[in-house]
Amino acid sequence: MSELGIIEPEIFLFDGTFSLESGKSLDGFELIYETYGKLSDKKDNAVLICHALSGNHHAAGLSNENDKRPGWWNELIGPGKAFDTEKYFVVSLNNLGGCHGSTGPSSINPLTNEKFGKEFPLVTVKDWINSQNLLRSHLGIDRWLAVAGGSLGGMQAFQWAIDYPDLVEKSVVIAAAPKLSAQNIAFNEVARQAIVNDPDFEKGTHHPKRGLGLARMLGHITYLSEEVMKEKFDRDLKKEKIEYGYDVEFEVESYLRYQADNFSDKFDAHTYLLMTKALDYFDPAKYFDGNLISSLEQTKSNFLIISFSSDWRFSPKRSKEIVNSLVAAKKPVSYVNIESFQGHDGFLFPDNRYVNTIKTFLSSDV
Amino acid sequence: MYKIVNKWIPENSHILDLGCGDGSMLFELKKELNINGLGVDISENNIQLSLSKGLNVIEQDIDQGLSNFGDQSFDLVLMSQSIQALKRPDLALSEIIRIGKECIVSIPNFANFKCRLQLFLTGKMPVSSALPHSWYSTPNLHLCSLKDFESLCENSNIKISEKKLIKASGESTFLSNFFPNLFAEIAVYKLEKKS
Repeated sequence: MSELGIIEPEIFLFDGTFSLESGKSLDGFELIYETYGKLSDKKDNAVLICHALSGNHHAAGLSNENDKRPGWWNELIGPGKAFDTEKYFVVSLNNLGGCHGSTGPSSINPLTNEKFGKEFPLVTVKDWINSQNLLRSHLGIDRWLAVAGGSLGGMQAFQWAIDYPDLVEKSVVIAAAPKLSAQNIAFNEVARQAIVNDPDFEKGTHHPKRGLGLARMLGHITYLSEEVMKEKFDRDLKKEKIEYGYDVEFEVESYLRYQADNFSDKFDAHTYLLMTKALDYFDPAKYFDGNLISSLEQTKSNFLIISFSSDWRFSPKRSKEIVNSLVAAKKPVSYVNIESFQGHDGFLFPDNRYVNTIKTFLSSDV
Repeated sequence: MYKIVNKWIPENSHILDLGCGDGSMLFELKKELNINGLGVDISENNIQLSLSKGLNVIEQDIDQGLSNFGDQSFDLVLMSQSIQALKRPDLALSEIIRIGKECIVSIPNFANFKCRLQLFLTGKMPVSSALPHSWYSTPNLHLCSLKDFESLCENSNIKISEKKLIKASGESTFLSNFFPNLFAEIAVYKLEKKS
């Protein structure tokens, strides 16, 4: 169920040459997006939602009449919710390089009439911000009231404030980090190796379902806390007793295999590779001699940084690095650490304090 | 309280309020003196109340240290009746002096005559409007008299540049000014590092 009903996505076509951070370029692209709520006459109530690693444009509402599962942030976007669609015009897109309708590795390359596949250039968080800025312009929005996102989405919200300081009033950076740690990159690398070492990937003709499934399993473990896994599965068995074999025995195994199957049926392997690389490359301080405080000097937005107590993928400590750099740069920042046992996935759930904090921050005059 | 400190604070100051509570002090200062304020608090409720006033506030436990704030990085650090609730008021005081070019600290006076009388006559820990909690549930771990606080400042190389003595109601009386350690219920100090 969703109060927003059925949402029709729209397509934005950019037909110019789009230069990428890598030095390569794209001859135009399409972005698929959805909007919720109404743009005010003054055009001052637009909120951009940025998605995480495997997310897409469908953040809220239903896709069609038979849709059982609303968008991935439906709990936070809607009438009276954290991103209140009675007040705000909420925009959500599928990023460049995605596989849900925006131009990416699974799109047809007009030069070859085949899928881009691994020929699709790597895109970065900075590239995403630039492409989202073209979408902003297309929608007739002068300035975002807020840019918000969790995880990789939070990193985009952060990069927006740095790259387009005059175009963002408030930045909501949730469960993010100022850059990935070696451990974060290591997890991403294992995921990539699982994909590229799948024989079907090498052939280039088949979908590397097994590799992508493994990548998803690994990712999924890092999104959950030990506590929430214990609560969901503990050591429960599928059958009555253990059978001393390699078939699925524990509930948690069954769950992971289900996640892997489900995900690898509908996600593109090259998009997964590309998204993990965008994460690894994210480092806004890179252009400021590695100094995060310097990178923030030019920002003009008011920041809300949110972390979740049981998140170990991007722990509260990482959020505090962002907070402390903003304080050192004398920039307006608020920070809350939400008590949660959900792990990194905490940002997807409508915890009362979490919702109220966002609501209050968005509506207050700062 | 606001009426006392606002005279000590220049307009447009960059202020850190440690233990900002519901944010009403920063809110008044922002409204009247256009200060640029940042609150720090540990209570969920206080953080929410401060945010709803349009203030910036950071969730942080002062007892876990303040090393994330740079030397002399704020024009002013405020600590309003919080220092006695910290685990180590002495360490907090030296951190406040490090972070702020100037500091304003207020404390409840445990040597106020009402406290002395209660302890003397009833043999029980004093409860008053300035110190409303019972001994078993009080957040005030380190209560002190004005003399105690002032000697801590002296020993920590901190200069008291201003001092205002008031009753819990906020008013200042003849007795609280002339016999502060006996009659003042709350003392407000402006502090800076001795040069």
